[in-house]
Amino acid sequence: MLEIDKAAFEELKQMSGASFINELIDAFLDDAPNMIQQLRVSLAAKDVETFRRNAHSLKSNANTFGAVQLAALAKELEFKARENDLEIGNRLEVMNEAFLKVAEELKGMRT
Amino acid sequence: MKSIREPGQLLIVDDNRVNRILLARGLEQQGHIIETAENGAQALEKLRAKPFDLVLLDIEMPEMNGYQVLETCLKDSELRDIPIIMTSSLDELNSVVKCIELGAEDYLNKPINPILLQARVNASLEKKRLRDEQRKLFRTFATKEVADELMKSGFSLGGKYVEATVMFADIRSFTSITETHDPSEIIELLNSYFALMFEAIVRHGGTVNQMVGDGLMAVFGVPLQNENHCEKAVCAAIEMVDLLKGFNIRQSDLGKIQIRIGIGIASGKMIAGYTGTEHRATYTCIGDTVNLAARLETHTKQAGKSILMDRNTRDRLNESFTVESLGPVLFKGKLQPIQIFSLR
Repeated sequence: MLEIDKAAFEELKQMSGASFINELIDAFLDDAPNMIQQLRVSLAAKDVETFRRNAHSLKSNANTFGAVQLAALAKELEFKARENDLEIGNRLEVMNEAFLKVAEELKGMRT
Repeated sequence: MKSIREPGQLLIVDDNRVNRILLARGLEQQGHIIETAENGAQALEKLRAKPFDLVLLDIEMPEMNGYQVLETCLKDSELRDIPIIMTSSLDELNSVVKCIELGAEDYLNKPINPILLQARVNASLEKKRLRDEQRKLFRTFATKEVADELMKSGFSLGGKYVEATVMFADIRSFTSITETHDPSEIIELLNSYFALMFEAIVRHGGTVNQMVGDGLMAVFGVPLQNENHCEKAVCAAIEMVDLLKGFNIRQSDLGKIQIRIGIGIASGKMIAGYTGTEHRATYTCIGDTVNLAARLETHTKQAGKSILMDRNTRDRLNESFTVESLGPVLFKGKLQPIQIFSLR
C-alpha cells in the first residue's frame, strides 16, 4: 500500500524546488522520530500540552508530504489531547508503524 | 501571474523545521531574502534588530505562540506596520479568525499551496510598498503623528468644519531678490529657507500644506486635533524668526543675501479636507479665517512687524506672550475693520 499521495508530493517538489526535496525529506526523517519520542514521554508524564503540540507538528508535516494516513492518525491524537483526553489505547504505536512505512517510502523518493 | 518587482526581506517564524525549510526555499526561489526564527522570542529579537517587509507567522508554537508575537508587534510602534501573514492548519480556523481580527494582514493554510503563497506574499509586499511610499510623502510635509493619523484614517474626501490656526509666511521683497541674483543662488536660498521653516513648524506640531514660490501655508490643530493650536502656531512663528536671524548671520559671513519674512496667523472655524484628484491631492483649509491669515501676512510689510495675528489667536495665548494691539485695519474684501495684533 502506498503511504504517500503522489499529487501532493509532486506539488511539494515543485514548491521547494526538486533540488531541495532531499533536504526536506531528511529534515522530516530526522525530526519525526523525536516528535514520536516526545509523544511517548509526554503521554507517560500526562503532559497534555506537549503531547498536543507534538501531535500537531507531526500532523502538519505528514500533510506536507502527502502522507495521508499518518496525518489522520496524528490528527486523531491531537484532537484527543485538545479534549484533554490521553486515553488513546495503542493508537500511538499504530501511528509509529504508519510513520515507519512512510519513512521507508520517502527514502525511496529521494532524488 | 504577477511577478515581484523587487525582493522583500521576509521573516519566517515556525517551530517546525520542515515548515521553515519549505517556506524558505519556495520564497528564496522567487528572489526574496529570507530569515527564519524557531520561536516567538527569537522572532521578536530579529524583528527589532533590522527592518523586515513581511512576516510569515505560525500560530502553534511552544512558549511564545503566534498570537503573542502578533499582539506584541501590533502594540509596538516600531513593528506594527510590518504586515504579518498567519500560517496555520485548516482545523485552526477559529484561531485564524482571531488573528485577522487582531490585525494580521492575511493567512495561509498548511500545507502551503505554492501559488497562494506567492500571490499573498506579493500582494502584502505591494501593499506595504504603497503604504511606505505614502508615509514618506506625508512625512515630508508633516510630523510623524500626522502622517500616522492620515494613514490610519485614510483620506475621507468630504470636508468638515474644524477649529484650527492657519499661518502664512513669505519672504519680503522676494521678487526684487530674484531679479538681482543668480538663479542657482535663489534656489539654494529657497531650499535653506524652507528647511529652516519646516523645522520650526513641524517641531510645534504644524503641517505645511502648501508652498508657492517663496510662500508657505501651514495649519495647526488639524488634521490632528490639538487644544493649544494658537500657542503652537505663535511659538512656531517666533522660532521661524529666530532661526532666520541665525541664518542671516551665516549668510552675511559668506557675503550672501539676507532675508526677512512676514508671518500672518489667524484662528477660528474653517473647512478642512482633501482637494484635488485621485492622482494628486492635498490637505487644505478654506474660509474667512484662512483669507484673514493671508491678509495679515501681506500687511506685515506695511505694519513693519514680522508677526501679525488676529484677535482669536491673541485671546487664546497665555500671559507669557507680550502682544500689542495695532488697532483696527480694514482689509480688502472684508466689510468690517479687523483688530490686529503683533508680538513683542
